[in-house]
Amino acid sequence: MTMTTDPELPRPRWLRRRIEATGATVVDAGRAAAELWRVYVGTWAGIVRRASRRRAHGLPRGELGRQLHAIGNRSLVFIVVTLGFIGMVMTYEACLQLARVTGDFSQVGPQYLRLIVSDFGPTLTALMLATRVGAGIAAEIGSMKVTEQIDALRMSGVLPIDYLIVPRFLASLVMTLVLSVLGGVVMFTAGGLTAKYSFGVNPSVFFDASQVRGRHAVLLIVKAVAYGAAIPVVAGFCGLRARGSSEGVGWATTAAVIGGSLAVIVLDFAISAAALLVTGGDL
Amino acid sequence: MITGIGASALRVAQEVGGILLLGGRVLRALVPPRIDTRELWKNLYKMGNRSVPIVVLTALFAGGLMTLQTGPFVKQYGATALAGWGAGYAVLREIGPILIALMFSGRVGANNTAELSTMTVTEQLDGLRALAIDPVRFLVVPRVLAMIVTLVALTVLGDLVALLGAAVVARTMLDIEWSTMFHSFADNLRPYDFLHGIYKSIAFGTAIAMSSCYFGITVRGGAVGVGRAVNNAVVAAAVSIMLLDFFLTYLTG
Repeated sequence: MTMTTDPELPRPRWLRRRIEATGATVVDAGRAAAELWRVYVGTWAGIVRRASRRRAHGLPRGELGRQLHAIGNRSLVFIVVTLGFIGMVMTYEACLQLARVTGDFSQVGPQYLRLIVSDFGPTLTALMLATRVGAGIAAEIGSMKVTEQIDALRMSGVLPIDYLIVPRFLASLVMTLVLSVLGGVVMFTAGGLTAKYSFGVNPSVFFDASQVRGRHAVLLIVKAVAYGAAIPVVAGFCGLRARGSSEGVGWATTAAVIGGSLAVIVLDFAISAAALLVTGGDL
Repeated sequence: MITGIGASALRVAQEVGGILLLGGRVLRALVPPRIDTRELWKNLYKMGNRSVPIVVLTALFAGGLMTLQTGPFVKQYGATALAGWGAGYAVLREIGPILIALMFSGRVGANNTAELSTMTVTEQLDGLRALAIDPVRFLVVPRVLAMIVTLVALTVLGDLVALLGAAVVARTMLDIEWSTMFHSFADNLRPYDFLHGIYKSIAFGTAIAMSSCYFGITVRGGAVGVGRAVNNAVVAAAVSIMLLDFFLTYLTG
């Protein structure tokens, strides 16, 4: 019996297996990234196609409205509850620390509002949406994939990306921005109430927008649009990759939540760092 | 409109009740502590070790972000010694535990719901019952214990990585020396701040585990049902993380 061992490869078998496994992971990640990119480009192509010839495509009427409702209105209670509570906690913690150090609460409100507008409002809203909306989109598209409805769409000459992802993408762009603003308002109001009832901070001192500048509002819009674009594309990509049956759908939904949340955190870091560099540290 | 509100209130009440009942059964199963150790170790490995990359990545960025956000304040008042205070305090008490719990809920909780619900829709749970094996004792209890233990361990790791991330960003983008940042951490953070985050993560781990197991074993209706169960589980986990965070912060100060 002859062993066919390639002399080029490392001799210890565990090392070789390790290297092979790492290589496979890298190749898989590269393929996934390329596919994600294709879904993203395909979405923009679908939007352009849709804008250029509205009637030619058999898009169901009112699909965009339905998605706006599913992504926006149905996340309303969820966003208000979660951001309201975290808004209270953050003010509470900040006041607790200030009481220990200076005891001067006059700057809490204005600086808190500045942080909400430039970061916490859009980012926390998007993290929550990545959970709710991302999982929803992936579950829906994943179920369609494993029950071969996607193949049926392709057979009848409809591009799945145009038909399924484009309306969700547009709805998510609009609704992430709207919900970010709403979430910020809820956070700030909840914080103001906490400051008043737990630390006796006068609301007229707390509700003060003097620290917010135009560039903070620009940052809010840029971040909300970036997150709003990332969440449905990542979720749709995960849904379209679903394989097998119910297990595949579960896996796709999990991947969408993780991918969406990670995309939000990484985008937040990239945009914040870029803004800090552009303004020279004086954000 | 009113019917809709009433219906969703009833659904929420039913789900909360179901989760609490399942919690009771888990506690009951723990009374003579007969735990399937093999299942427990398998879950500890699967949930713990394999979540390390995602937690490290999240924590690194989260720590960096906190420094980025406190950066302008530090520049404004010229108080570099306080940079570590703001970032470290936010990371240890709030951002670290919350973000890691959210990622954990997405990575492990959702995965667990998917696995359990696939077993439920393929009638494997009925199979266990037919063999006189209690699915709660055999499947749910080891998972709940494993999730609580791993989330606490991952939060300890994540806190350290996040502080490192904060120091790296402070060095590269705000020109604050390593030693300044380190002293700023050491002088301003108390051990209690760290513990505060840790017991929050115990509560978060319990909430994630209970909601993910509950939605996993009560699923109905094939692949569509599995997707919906995972979606419900992550949403319920996110809401309960925020609620628990609020109550724990308030009660313990």
